Order: sequence, then structure tokens, then C-alpha cells
Amino acid sequence: MSNKEKHWQKTKGHMIMTLCLWAFFSMVIFLFGYEINGMSFLGYPLAYYMTAQGSLLAFVIIIFWFANKQEKIDEEFGFGEKED
Amino acid sequence: MFKGGFIQNLPKIYGLYTGGFLVFILMMAIAEQAGVTAKTIGILFVAFTVAIYALIGYLSRTIQVDAYYLAGRQVPTVFNGMATAADWMSGASFVALAGGVYFGGYSYMAFLVGWTGGYVLVSTLLAPYLRKFGCYTVPDFIGTRYGGNGVRFCAVLVLVLASFTYVTAQINATGTIAARALGIPFEAGVWVGLVSILLCSMLGGMRAVTWTQVAQYIVLIVAYLIPVFWISNKIGAGVFPHLMLGDEVQRITDLESQFGLVKNSAADVKAAGVPGGLKSIAVAHAGVGAGGMAVWKYISLAICMMVGTASLPHILMRYFTTPSVKSARKSVAWSLFFIFLLYSSAPMLATLSKISLMDPNLPTGIIGKSIADVQSIEWVKQWSSQKQVFIADFNGDGILQLNEWFMRTGVVVLATPEVAGLPYVISGLVAAGGMAAAMSTADGLVLAISNALSHDVYYNMIDPKADVRKRLIVARVLLVVVGAAGAYIASMRITSILGAVAWAFDFAMSGLFFPLVLGVWWKRATREGAIAGMLSGLAAGTAYLIYVYPKFMGNPAWLGIDHLRFGLIGAPVCLVVMVVVSLMTKAPDAATQRMVDEVRVPSGKSILGRAH
Repeated sequence: MSNKEKHWQKTKGHMIMTLCLWAFFSMVIFLFGYEINGMSFLGYPLAYYMTAQGSLLAFVIIIFWFANKQEKIDEEFGFGEKED
Repeated sequence: MFKGGFIQNLPKIYGLYTGGFLVFILMMAIAEQAGVTAKTIGILFVAFTVAIYALIGYLSRTIQVDAYYLAGRQVPTVFNGMATAADWMSGASFVALAGGVYFGGYSYMAFLVGWTGGYVLVSTLLAPYLRKFGCYTVPDFIGTRYGGNGVRFCAVLVLVLASFTYVTAQINATGTIAARALGIPFEAGVWVGLVSILLCSMLGGMRAVTWTQVAQYIVLIVAYLIPVFWISNKIGAGVFPHLMLGDEVQRITDLESQFGLVKNSAADVKAAGVPGGLKSIAVAHAGVGAGGMAVWKYISLAICMMVGTASLPHILMRYFTTPSVKSARKSVAWSLFFIFLLYSSAPMLATLSKISLMDPNLPTGIIGKSIADVQSIEWVKQWSSQKQVFIADFNGDGILQLNEWFMRTGVVVLATPEVAGLPYVISGLVAAGGMAAAMSTADGLVLAISNALSHDVYYNMIDPKADVRKRLIVARVLLVVVGAAGAYIASMRITSILGAVAWAFDFAMSGLFFPLVLGVWWKRATREGAIAGMLSGLAAGTAYLIYVYPKFMGNPAWLGIDHLRFGLIGAPVCLVVMVVVSLMTKAPDAATQRMVDEVRVPSGKSILGRAH
């Protein structure tokens, strides 16, 4: 496998991992919206909290994490960009 | 004080600007104390901010192609994030989002998740690769990746349909706000709005829009957050509302069971003469509906908005302007951070607004009071005269019940400062914020449409030999034409017929999502596949919309897929057709495959040059 192929393999893996996290916070937890709303977080019902704030915050963190790790992957295979 | 170029000095320039804006707010507050009328303050707020945007637009004028289309590819990560956030948050987000949460509760908040979660798709699947490609417009990518004018034209078609659905609503919002703040008729307000929008974009294209959007973001976020924090502190709900409103949410739930949540029958509402579009509180603030259908409704709406977000050209094109691929990726994260600041505040504003209204222990509470008393409150009088709020005494007992109080959704944001008893200067600030939000989105959309028409249709299809001067003249003429068409339609007040903002997301996801994503992630995707996918996805989505929308054919929704979710029909059709047709046709040639390989690594030159 060439360097480029290896890089793409790892990039794809990272993409899938990120999308799994995304699917969890955007869909999976809301499958159980009714069930988890009895629990409480910061005094808010949990499902209410997640849709009002929690999932939104999770997305912000996920994208920062995704971008940092992807940069490392690019550098590992020598595809990083020169300083801009 | 300013050494080096414009880009190096951006933090200083916008720091000064923010400081200047805060000083302006203080001056207005002093003017209010000194007896300047509310109306004058409103006019000053809107006029002052719009004048600043126009000045930025003028200073950013350009005669370079790459500056006009890509802001010279030198917009720093964080600033591009702010510009994208302003581009993204429309007049509707600013004015109607909190109102939607207020009346729609948990199931409406699927929009919050949808309109933020989509950015994960943008950053993982598209933004960095489109930046590496170096295209000017979204159809530019489709046209170059798949090759040929036919496929390019299909992409332009989807882009225009999606963006135009969206832009009339934005011009409508600028018109409404300008009309209210300046005290002119709505039709005139629309044209004032249009002129303001064009002042920001015409001379400098993407470059001018970028720098005005940053300025607009600062105004809109200040205008949104100040009332939220102020009210929260005023009623003693907590210094930092986002973390401290748990008790208030609980209190609303208690009050709901005390007052009773009653859904008025349509016949009652009509008989009482409630003006159209006004709603009463009938949905639990924090409760979650039980059952599979409630879950599916929530998740299907979130999916449509997320996938739609990742296909909207006016957002994707913002990431073409960063200096590098990695800054495009980071920029998505910053965009979402800046969006998060406003979106996470909307439910808090809805909570504060609702408790101010409902809680009999607060001086502002009106539910359970005598109707005659409520009707003599200043803000109730004012907003009733504009048919924005309404009281219908269904049971005739002269006491205001929860189900007898009607409001338009936009009032939740626009009137909350008054409801909570804040000085008028805050209402003026909110008007300026709403104007900034509507203008920035309208700018981005008008530019996306006219750039696609000028670069893809005119330059690539009609006159490939045109020189730079001619191209930029055509681009500007088209900008004016597209804006004027939007304003004309908005001034006819038929936007309610054109449907919801959500439609733009569904159109975009039906026609563009898979051709864009597969263009990067699947080398085997062919031109014929892309054309067939785009056209069939768009056709299937549109056909289903006509089939299900109450004002068209009005058939019952299949599996709960109503007119807000028709992308769930269009996008899968697009995917299946695109894959099947691609596999039936000859694989793309070696040059195209190499191009895709090249897009997948960040280093090296972009596929399309700075000037193309």
C-alpha cells in the first residue's frame, strides 16, 4: 500500500469514528428522550438539557477534536501543509 | 498603532469596533435618560449599524477576481468562523428561534440539534476537500469533478432553487425590521433592506461580505446575549443563565400543571377573532412526548436539517476563503462555537420570557390577572395594536387563563425586553441585532446565487473568453438583479406561500448532498450518475412536497414525513439513482481519478488556481 493509500485509510477511519460520535449525540440519545427525561442534569430534565445545550456543546467539542487529530494524521504521512 | 497589513491588524480593528459599538449603546442609554424618544433611538440604532456595514463594504471594494469570489483566500480561521456564524444565523434564527422553542417545546428543539449537528458533516465530509479543490462556487466543484457543462448546470439549478427559497424570507425580515425601526411602510422597508444588502456586497463581492459579516456577528451576538443575561439577573434566576435555569424550568412545569395546558380548538380560535399566526402556549416547556412516532418526528427533522446544512452552498462557500485546508477544518469548529453561543441561549431566553409572563409571584406575570388590568399594560397595548398579541376571553370570566393569551412567535424575542421591563435602549439594540442577522444571511445567499450565475453559467458556459473586467461587471449586475427579484417577491407578501425556511434545507439535501460527498469519497462516481442523481432527487423531493403540502395537494404524510421533511424522500432517491447509474456507466478517466486522489491530501497546490 502506498503512503497515500495508508493516509486515506486512516483518514477514513477517523471520519467514521467522528460520525459515530455525531450519531450518538444527534440521534441515539434522542431515541430514549422520553426515558431519560426523568433524570436530571444541572437541575434540568436530561433530554431537555441535551437538546437545548448538551448535544450542541458536544458537536463543538467533536469538531475541534476531529480537526486536531486529522492534522496529526496528515503530518504523520507527510501531507501536512507548510505554515500559512 | 497599525503596523503591517489589514489581515495582521484584524483583532485590533474588530476590537476597536466592538468597543465603539458598546460606547454607542451607552450613549443611547444616556440619550434615553435625557428624554430622547424611543422612536429616535430605534432609528439611530438601525441607521448607525447599517452605515458602518456600508462603510466596510465600500472599503473592501476590489477589481480582482479571486478577491471578489474568494476574499483572496486569506480570511483567518477565527474570523471566518464569525463570518460563517453570521451567514448562518438568519433573521429567522434571531427573531423566531426562541419563539419556536417557547411554543413548540422539545419537539421544536430538534431544529437546534439539526442546525448545529450538520457542521460535523461539513467538517468531516466536505469543507477541507472543497477548500483543497479551490473552487469559486459549489457548482464549480461539481462541474470540474464530474466534467462538463450539463452537470454544472444541474448543480446551479439546485443551488438557485434552495437559496432563492431562503433569500426571500431574509429580505422579508430585513423589510419588517427596517419598517418597524424607521417607521415606514413594509413595502418601502423591503427596498431599504435591499439597498443595505447591496451596499455591503456589490463593490467587494466575497471580500466585502466577509468583513461586514464579521461586524454583523458582533452586533447580533451582543444584541442577543445582553437581554438574556440582564433578565436572568433581574428576576434573580441566576448570574449565568445557561447553567442556572434548572429551577425556572421546573417552576414552569409546575405552573403548567397548575394553570392547565389546553389546546384550543380551531373553531374557538376563529370565533374569538384571533389574528392569523398567533399562538397560545399549549405544549409542555420541558416535557418529552412518548411513543415511537414522537421519537421519529424528532429524529427525522434533525436528520433533514443536518444533511441540509451540509449541502447549503452559501455555507460551504465560506470555507473556500481560508488560507489553507487545515484552517478550513478548524474554521468549521469556530463557526459552530460562535453559533452555539446564540443557539444555546435561545431556550434560555424562551424560559426567561415564559416565566416572566406566567409566574404570578413576579411583577411581570399576567396569567391569572384580570383581563382589564392586563390590557392596560403599556407593552400589551402597543403590541395588540400591531396585532402581535391578542387576548380571547373564552370562558368569559374576565380573568386571563393560559390558553386565552395569544402571541406571534417573533414577539418572544422582540418584546421580551419590554415584557421584562428593560429600558428601551435594549429593544433598539435587539432591532439592530435582528437587522444584522437578516442582512448577513441575505448577503451570503444573494452572493451565492449571483456567483453561480456569473461564474458557472456566464463565464463557463456562455463566454469563456470574457476578461476580468467584464466578468466582474456581469457578476455585479447579476447581484443587483437577484437581489431585486428577491425584494420584489418579498414585497408582494407571498412568502407564506413559498413555504418554510426548512424547505431550503430539503431542496439542498435532495439535490446536492450525495453528488458533493460522493464526488470526494467515491472515485467511481460518474458524470451521468451525478446528473441523474441530482435531477431525480430534486424531482422526487419536489413531487413529494407538492403531494403532501396542505396548500398544494394536501395528502396525508407517509410515515410522518411532512412538508418540512421532504428531503427524506429526495436524498435517498438521489443516492440510489446516482450509485446505480454510476455503476452502469464507464468509470471516470485516469485524470479524474488522479484529481480525486489529489483532493484527499491537504498538501500541495489546489486543483483550481487562484484565478480561473
